[in-house]
Amino acid sequence: MNTLVYDGTFEGLLTAVFEIYERKLYAVKLLKGEWRNSALFEEVIPIVTDEVRASRVLRGLRKKLSAAGVQRLYISHMAEIAGEDCNVLGFIRYVFDSEQNIEEDYGNRYVMRLSEILKMVRREKHRMEAFVRFQKLNDGTFYAAIEPDFNVLPLLIKHFKNRYADQKWMIYDIKRGYGVYYDLHDTQFIEMDFDELNNPINVIAAYSEDEGIYQNLWKNYFNSVNIASRKNTRLHIRHIPKRYWRHLTEKI
Amino acid sequence: MNVDRITEKLNILADAAKYDVSCASSGSDRKNKNKGLGNASNGICHSYTEDGRCVSLLKILLTNHCIFDCAYCVSRKNNDIKRAAFTVQEVVDLTINFYRRNYIEGLFLSSGIFKDADYTMERLVRVAKKLRTEHNFNGHIHLKSIPGASSELMREAGLYADRLSVNLEMPTEAGLKLLAPDKNRQDMIDPMHFLKNEIIKNTEEKKLFKNAPMFAPAGQSTQVIVGATLESDQQVLQSANYFYKNFNLKRVYYSGYVPVLADQRLPALNTAVPLVRENRLYQADWLMRFYGFHVNEIVNNQSPLLDLDIDPKLSWAIRNMQAFPIDINKADLLLILRVPGIGLLSAQKIVAARKFAKLGWDQLKKIGVAVNRARYFITCKSNEFERRDLTGQNVKQFIMGQSQSKYIRNTQTQLNLF
Repeated sequence: MNTLVYDGTFEGLLTAVFEIYERKLYAVKLLKGEWRNSALFEEVIPIVTDEVRASRVLRGLRKKLSAAGVQRLYISHMAEIAGEDCNVLGFIRYVFDSEQNIEEDYGNRYVMRLSEILKMVRREKHRMEAFVRFQKLNDGTFYAAIEPDFNVLPLLIKHFKNRYADQKWMIYDIKRGYGVYYDLHDTQFIEMDFDELNNPINVIAAYSEDEGIYQNLWKNYFNSVNIASRKNTRLHIRHIPKRYWRHLTEKI
Repeated sequence: MNVDRITEKLNILADAAKYDVSCASSGSDRKNKNKGLGNASNGICHSYTEDGRCVSLLKILLTNHCIFDCAYCVSRKNNDIKRAAFTVQEVVDLTINFYRRNYIEGLFLSSGIFKDADYTMERLVRVAKKLRTEHNFNGHIHLKSIPGASSELMREAGLYADRLSVNLEMPTEAGLKLLAPDKNRQDMIDPMHFLKNEIIKNTEEKKLFKNAPMFAPAGQSTQVIVGATLESDQQVLQSANYFYKNFNLKRVYYSGYVPVLADQRLPALNTAVPLVRENRLYQADWLMRFYGFHVNEIVNNQSPLLDLDIDPKLSWAIRNMQAFPIDINKADLLLILRVPGIGLLSAQKIVAARKFAKLGWDQLKKIGVAVNRARYFITCKSNEFERRDLTGQNVKQFIMGQSQSKYIRNTQTQLNLF
């Protein structure tokens, strides 16, 4: 058993694949993170991300998979779900070890697992498209904080850019410490100094004048459309799990 | 802005609109034009009320003043409730400000009938027009077609709205006569007919001229109330089928009657909402629209009522045991879709995956098949399969024996209805 340690990037992953085939490794374990020369690991191979090697592997994948198939693989890795690197790697190896395109071979455990991961990621993306709640700040920017289960913020950009083309907005993933800002022309990734922003006094002072009014109107609306005689708490929580409540205006 | 007054109006007019169950915001393909606000491409449920229903659109009445006296409706003329009316500008402001905060997908605007049909419809159209032309708003707009409104207004409505709907209210004409004597079924069907033809005409134009304006791109829908009158499920589903077939409807919604008023013609106020029946009707509706079932296979003269204990697909399967078992590794997609415990996506996955290798139970489970139900009806790459010659009743008992209905709590009150 060999353990490969890589930097967590997609290029790093592809470099690791290159290494596996070049050294003809069979049983491998893939880990993310800093390489430490520790006695715990007998055979640790540090992977140094190499763009040339990564792009050769990518070219190989493009030959064996459809464009959508490569995209799905990329998304599954980018979501950064803990402990799934080995399955993603298993999928890539299955791709290269097969003659034909295997992306619909759901009887295979790696293909099936990738499809499950993708389903989870897409659901989280869809939830974020629904659960983002913008708050209007004094300078006219609409700000929202999110804490998605997986790293889906990059997948949200297109949707929000198409939809809110005429307003400045920012969506910040406070779990992962980065955000996206749209300035009426383009979007960019940003990181903010959090201590200042987290201070409740600053946040409320930064609200636009009518923000509180519309938040209250929305809460009122939310309560008015409920039909009490049909109460179904189980269904309610299945649709909006409690961990999302702290960013939902109507549930705070 | 008088905040208190707006809040009060919103409470009254949202409360009055909530019995309209239509919530879809999908089906349109309106793009964001000229860096304006919004698009209406995909359906998103932004929140869910405590009764578990989705909140996708700002669903309100323009007013709950009404000249009609329909027995099932909270806004009926003779009901002693608070009345309110929004101005056109107020609705526009609410919509835009909610939309910008990502609370909603758009607006669902309905109204009580004040003065007459045209007068009411004209107000609804004015809201939509203002949103589209003055605010460059491209979000979803769903307008009610007011029965009896003129063709000119309906045409204008279609130009600004994504979806239009007329509520049939009662599944049959007799039911409508009983509970809404002022309403006439023909008045509801006329605008549906007009819109259907306009939509077809527009689709043709679109093929010839790419720039032809959009006309109600998300089509039409309707709603029927179930459990207020004595219609059987067969009557309800057959009427739904008739409207799907003849009016190209996108959706028929079934609204379990919520007792809001005391009236001799209606179920008593303490009657439970027929939630299970409503659920079964939606399941049957899905079978008709996505699973290739004909309405007569689901309900017919032998079985005019849907089984409340089990879903309509299982119910069909145990009535047709001669069709099973089927071999999952060979059968046609349309047959696999008929197996209880296998949904649309699982069926598609099975058909794709079996090209590579034959599938066994474990793989089916992984793919998402509910094996505990499906195993009575299929064989796969395994020596294990149901060898006993079971009758439909046996299978029903086995399946019910191992599953706990989430509705069990409601069953007792449910039965009293019939």
